[in-house]
Amino acid sequence: MSFTLNVNGTDFEVDVEPETPLLWVIRDSVGLTGTKYGCGIAKCGACTVHVDGQPVKSCNVTAASVAGREVTTIEGLSPDNSHPVQVAWKEHTVPQCGYCQSGQIMSAAALLARTPQPSDQEIDAAMADNLCRCGTYLAIRKAIHSASQA
Amino acid sequence: MTKIEVSRRTFIRTAVAAGGGLMLGFQVPGLAAYAQSVTPEPWNGLDHGNEINAWLTIDPEGIVTVRCPHTEMGQGGMTSVGMMIAEELNTPWENIRVVMADANRHVTEGEVYVNMSTGGSNLVRNRHPHIMQAGASARERLKQAAAEAWGVDRSEVTAEQGTLTAGNNSAGYGEFATAAAGVSLDEEPAIKAYGDWWLVGTEIPRVDVPVKTDGSAVYPIDVTVPDMVYAAVRACPVPGGRLVSFDADAVRDRPGIIDVIEFTQTADELANADLRSGVAVIADTWYRAKTALDLMPIEWDFQGNDQYSYSGMDAEARELLMQEAQHAEEVRGDPRPMIADSDSVVAGDYARPYECTAPMSPPAAVVDVKPDRVDVWSFTQNVAGTLLLVAEQVGVDPAQVFVHGTYIGGGFGYGNHHDAARQAAEASKQVGRPVKVIWSREEDQRQTRTRPPIWARFEAVLGDDGLPTAALARTVAEPKNPDYADRAIANMPYNIPSYRYERHIVQANPPVGPNRAPGVNNNCYCIEQFVDEMALAGDWDPLEWRIKMTEGNERYQRVLLKLKEVAEFTPELGRGMGMGVAVVEDHGTIAGCCATVEVTRRGALYIDKILLVTNSGYVFNPRAAREQLEGSVAWELSHALYGGLRLENGQFVNTNFDTYNIMRIPDMPPVEVVFASSEDQWWGGYGEPGGPPAPAAVANAIYFATGKRIRTTPIMSQDLTWS
Repeated sequence: MSFTLNVNGTDFEVDVEPETPLLWVIRDSVGLTGTKYGCGIAKCGACTVHVDGQPVKSCNVTAASVAGREVTTIEGLSPDNSHPVQVAWKEHTVPQCGYCQSGQIMSAAALLARTPQPSDQEIDAAMADNLCRCGTYLAIRKAIHSASQA
Repeated sequence: MTKIEVSRRTFIRTAVAAGGGLMLGFQVPGLAAYAQSVTPEPWNGLDHGNEINAWLTIDPEGIVTVRCPHTEMGQGGMTSVGMMIAEELNTPWENIRVVMADANRHVTEGEVYVNMSTGGSNLVRNRHPHIMQAGASARERLKQAAAEAWGVDRSEVTAEQGTLTAGNNSAGYGEFATAAAGVSLDEEPAIKAYGDWWLVGTEIPRVDVPVKTDGSAVYPIDVTVPDMVYAAVRACPVPGGRLVSFDADAVRDRPGIIDVIEFTQTADELANADLRSGVAVIADTWYRAKTALDLMPIEWDFQGNDQYSYSGMDAEARELLMQEAQHAEEVRGDPRPMIADSDSVVAGDYARPYECTAPMSPPAAVVDVKPDRVDVWSFTQNVAGTLLLVAEQVGVDPAQVFVHGTYIGGGFGYGNHHDAARQAAEASKQVGRPVKVIWSREEDQRQTRTRPPIWARFEAVLGDDGLPTAALARTVAEPKNPDYADRAIANMPYNIPSYRYERHIVQANPPVGPNRAPGVNNNCYCIEQFVDEMALAGDWDPLEWRIKMTEGNERYQRVLLKLKEVAEFTPELGRGMGMGVAVVEDHGTIAGCCATVEVTRRGALYIDKILLVTNSGYVFNPRAAREQLEGSVAWELSHALYGGLRLENGQFVNTNFDTYNIMRIPDMPPVEVVFASSEDQWWGGYGEPGGPPAPAAVANAIYFATGKRIRTTPIMSQDLTWS
């Protein structure tokens, strides 16, 4: 089926099977590869994007279901790597292998948008769906606190 | 599928300039650490004209491009190599750019980078002599070039912070880079003496961080080349089994399907780099390929390997633990008569199950086989190794193969194998187009190179002072890499007067491979809990026991005495609370751990703190070391608390993150790191050693909190209730 998908403020005409997950349309049709495939079953959060500002695991929703809504990927979070979360991530050198970090950053940005000064417990609750195999969790906590002061 | 307004931020091309590499480096001079993703372009403005040696070039403004031969997988390899070159070159850190070195050049120019493999916590520990030599040799050539121009002796020229000076003469490195490339020295300079450094030992933020916060870092799964197609792959779900048949016609008419191809396994016994028997669906998108693969009927011959289940292995192994083994080492004397004569033997059995690395990025590779050259981007910890096996698979001269460095989404030892690259090479060869292979998460965990299980039994006899006089350790290993079972057990550091080590084998089919501190990761859990059992049976404080039993071993003493100083360890926190200690050496670094836990009566476990004390000799980059230690703790606690890859009827059954659980942020304890370095001229590794003692310390703490000795993992599956 054919529909219009808005990603990072740009409309893309997409023609895919209706069940195609948003993740693969973002990566293989739109061509933005910052959003990652990790599990395909919404259990690792590597594919987290924003849909109308809310964090969504893009492997687990169809692209067709978000037609007409605003999809934001890591590439669209800021024009120049300057979102407060990105700045804090760099300051605390959070990423190691880095593969999960687009999803981590998108989840953290959504958290701070609704809870500007989160407690450790609120951070844990909001970030629990985002796995990191390198174990950067302590740096993530520090960086979110740091971004919340920004 | 139509694509409109697709503007790829990072479009990978296949062209790579001779001698160059893919560009990754700092972007903003004057600022610390700014790395670019991977663009396929060679570093603009640099060419062989100012290459001083294969490791570095210097441009007219003095910008130094360092070629890193090792994979960047989050461990900080690019930063480490850049630091070593900058240190010896005496060039300002902000002038350093780091690119990934060219594997083709390594292969065609007599292994010019010495070794491109990445693992074993080796980069700083064992590679620093030749990497730092490259920097020192370049520095002396710059000085010689300046000396000749100025008509002075080289000894009169200084090279400091990017500036050459002699008397009234002064010039930037860039001015003499071209001349330096032509300099021959009678003798290569020595690298700097231990401790005579201005950069090494300082806290340098990793250079690869910025590109990992905006989605621009390129991993193999992200690479796109013109005319590329996608492959979803499946090998026999029972490792060692073979493909019998598949019904391609059932899926051929589905949208986007291009071909269905077979992978023919050539070797009888699956070795490191063999192509596994299997099938691939080729389509215009990966999702279409994967969907069709899941729908396609496939028949397998398990070759009898479906006889293996962990439950059967466990039963057999526990019987073997009670029998003497053929494979034995009398480390010191023969403890068996003393154990046989004693009526108060301290004994303990332990076991750890299969685990897998499950890197956040499942294995992926892009290979483009053309008549005159082959281009490769792959999940690998050794681009040169991948080059050679792709050449073999395609049947071409290695000189025609170009493996391009990318970031990889976690390595952990798994990237020492090259399965996805093999498959992509074979698929591209068969379909005549560039192919991107992506393993699904489930394929990854079915085909993984496992961390093999271990079973261990210890028996000890105590003397009048409560310390052991004789001990026997016996392990049961799987057959493919049984040496893993020996590590940290056969060579345990404790001065037990009579000590013997034995090992049995239990048959099993899954392939095995390294998994961050291989062997030591499992074995420390066993031996360091038994140490507590011995200590408590002899009325010793477990930390004092370890200090006493490593007397004369300065490297261990330094860790344990520092642990005593900072941990405030006590075995008497009272029920529901516990502290536990453990210590082990891995990859040249000794790591001691003290864990503090709370366990509720209902058995809920809270890890309040992990304290790590390490002795690695020199700490190359303390900031990066702490990051690796924290990550290692998360790695090992993941497996010990939640892991357990279950083998049933020859195949792994919990193959995604819904059933194979790893640690999430709410369960990550605070980690405090204390460096307690000996003054030796010695550099221990940091990628792996921090993890192994953590689960043992936690289990020892749980014992004090609950009275329960947790002899196997996952810990969260055990009954921790107490009353």
